[in-house]
Amino acid sequence: MDVVNQLQRQFIDYSASLHREGFLDDQFTQLQKLQDDNSPDFVVEVASLFFEDCEKLINNMARALEQQQGVDFKQVDASVHQLKGSSSSIGAMRVKDVCIAFRSFCEAQNREGCLRCLQQVTHEYSLLKNKLQTLFRLQQQILAAGGSIPVVE
Amino acid sequence: MRVERVISDENDSFPVGMRVLAVDDDPTCLLLLETLLTKCKYNVTTTSQAITALKMLRENKNKFDLVISDVHMPDMDGFKLLELVGLEMDLPVIMLSANGDTKLVMKGITHGACDYLLKPVRIEELQNIWQHVIRRKKFDRKDRNGSGSQDKPYIDSSEAAGLGNVDQNGKFNKKRKDQNEDEDEERDENGHDNEDLSTQKKPRVVWSVELHRKFVAAVNQLGIEKAVPKKILELMDVENLTRENVASHLQKFRLYLKRISCVANQQANMAAALGSVDSTHLRMGTMNGLGNFHTLAGTDQIHNAAFRSFQHSGVLRRLNTPSGVGISGLPSSGLVQLSPVQNLGNTSTNQSKLQSFVIPGNHNANILQGMPMSLEFDQLQNNRAASHVGQFPSVDNTTVLPVSSISASLIDAGCSSSPLLGVTSNSLLLEGSSQLPTLHARNLRDSVSGFPNRSTLSDFTSIAPASNQLHGSKADIQDQASPISCNAGKIISSAPQDWNAPKKDAPYQSNVPSCSINSLRAVNGDMAWLGQCLDQNNPIFNRNVGFDFVDPLSIKFSEGENLAMEPSVIEKEGYLMVQPSRQGSYIPDNEDENFAMEPSVIEKEGYLIVQPRRQGSYIPGNLGSLEDLASAITKQDHDKGKPTDGDFGYNDYSLRTCI
Repeated sequence: MDVVNQLQRQFIDYSASLHREGFLDDQFTQLQKLQDDNSPDFVVEVASLFFEDCEKLINNMARALEQQQGVDFKQVDASVHQLKGSSSSIGAMRVKDVCIAFRSFCEAQNREGCLRCLQQVTHEYSLLKNKLQTLFRLQQQILAAGGSIPVVE
Repeated sequence: MRVERVISDENDSFPVGMRVLAVDDDPTCLLLLETLLTKCKYNVTTTSQAITALKMLRENKNKFDLVISDVHMPDMDGFKLLELVGLEMDLPVIMLSANGDTKLVMKGITHGACDYLLKPVRIEELQNIWQHVIRRKKFDRKDRNGSGSQDKPYIDSSEAAGLGNVDQNGKFNKKRKDQNEDEDEERDENGHDNEDLSTQKKPRVVWSVELHRKFVAAVNQLGIEKAVPKKILELMDVENLTRENVASHLQKFRLYLKRISCVANQQANMAAALGSVDSTHLRMGTMNGLGNFHTLAGTDQIHNAAFRSFQHSGVLRRLNTPSGVGISGLPSSGLVQLSPVQNLGNTSTNQSKLQSFVIPGNHNANILQGMPMSLEFDQLQNNRAASHVGQFPSVDNTTVLPVSSISASLIDAGCSSSPLLGVTSNSLLLEGSSQLPTLHARNLRDSVSGFPNRSTLSDFTSIAPASNQLHGSKADIQDQASPISCNAGKIISSAPQDWNAPKKDAPYQSNVPSCSINSLRAVNGDMAWLGQCLDQNNPIFNRNVGFDFVDPLSIKFSEGENLAMEPSVIEKEGYLMVQPSRQGSYIPDNEDENFAMEPSVIEKEGYLIVQPRRQGSYIPGNLGSLEDLASAITKQDHDKGKPTDGDFGYNDYSLRTCI
């Protein structure tokens, strides 16, 4: 019991901090709300998909930006656009914000700027991934201990 | 909003179970969307590829109620998918994008999206999407019903109003507009109570290229005259296709053919027609006669000769009498060839008679026969406003011609399908108003292309009688013209099967007057007037009654090229006609059985024939030589043809004198 409560408290605190720091936004909360008995692992599933997708897109962007002959900014832009879409869908606010900046560099066809953004995106993505993994671990622990995931408002 | 039992599989629980197809290449978003939609209790199917989505939709048009699609997709642009879905399946589509740029949103809406959502999409937004389905269904329903049973053009917002609480939104209109080419045919919806949602389940039939090909093959196999919806349906052997669907499609097809054949037949027919015009009757029974007219159209000489052959007086007289009118199918077919008629304009007296003969370019040849074309013919020849079919007025010599010449000119005009044109021209001739010619030309052309002029012929015949009456009175002509057009329209639109029977009394006769002139004019697209004609049982026709309509069906239109054209034409252009500018004449309530089809004609925007104004311009592609003719006719005709104020505008025509 204590363990469960403790874990739950940890969970709540951690969630709150993630929100506070801008890693997650309201959309993530919505996702959590969608999780129910019918889809108990919904949030984890979506997050996993997001990570996969994110990696793929980042690789695409890196490849496109590395082209010495000429960067295909359209392609980069398309990737960024998609990343923006998925990050906003999952609630990855910081990632999304970087994407917005990234897009304007793409439009300006600014390779340097794009590369910088790419770096930032990669960084944010890694951070988020770690944090979410921690959060999910906590969730698992709570469930394992017989508790239920508290809803964080 | 009053939510009635709608479409969904679970009858009374809509929107629960509404079937949504979600398309997004981003797996994260797709999963999210799926979950959200499921949460809203919809029945969700997902795919990450637009091509797959299209395939699924095409497999079974009835499978989904709504589509949600991302804008940026690698295999196909979301807007393209949107358009295709809208055209082919007529389903509501919601766009989804992370980019909320106004320009993009505008693009989405202009491409026909019902809504444009921004990512991340929220559940609240998705909870309301079922409204789009209801709206569309209701509008469609209204649309169909309206066209069938009401006068209101389907776009009419009044219909929407009828929908009760459903918001009339511009989307409906847009949908219709966007779907000009869409050949949804839910004729069987006609008369169906809008409120009866059970019918909403009926899928709208979309005439895809393959389906249409099958249809054409079936029609060819049966022979255009014998092509009745029931048999066509059997031959086609397509599931979920009803006789009504086929019937309405056939109607349109006939118009198309008429239009095409009109042009083709004009020349050939004119000559023959003129020669064969039999004063005794207008029995247009044989299109061939009319066909001749078509050919006549081109040549003055021919006309003269042909007309002369008519027993002028006798013919004329006959023309006046309904029997003489034989124009029966005139309108549609070759009548367009009236180019000689153009000259006719003057054959006021005789011509008027001729007018009755609807020179259905192709088919109407027969009709013309009855017409006292001889008289007018001469005139027609002289006047020949070549380009414009309607120009009967100028016909000096060919007074008699009215009929023949008219037809000739009409035919020349391009057989444009609108048999009505023929009629109108006739009537015009009668009055001497050149307006007819123009109309005719156009109509004929249109009608010709549209239908197997047969039907129009009947119209014409009916018109012919009317024309008799018109004698001397422009109004009459116009009326006749209208009826003719109406009739023609009717004939055409009405169940094809009925074409065989000269509908003399039917639609056209009674009320035609109203219909048509405007309708004729408008009919450029054939259809337009058809619809109109249909509505109005041309009273005029009644008068003349006598004529036998050449059963449009019997009139063989030059199938060859017509058919060839059809897929493309029918599918998109053919039906494209814009709404007939029913200037008042359109009488939606189909008094006549023929009208039944009307709505469909009008409805499908595509069909509505364009305003007849285009004298001679309608001829669809394959006109070939006819084009020359037509263009020639048109040129002259053009100006005259302009109907003014809603009537045939015959005022301009010199036809006044005629008939």
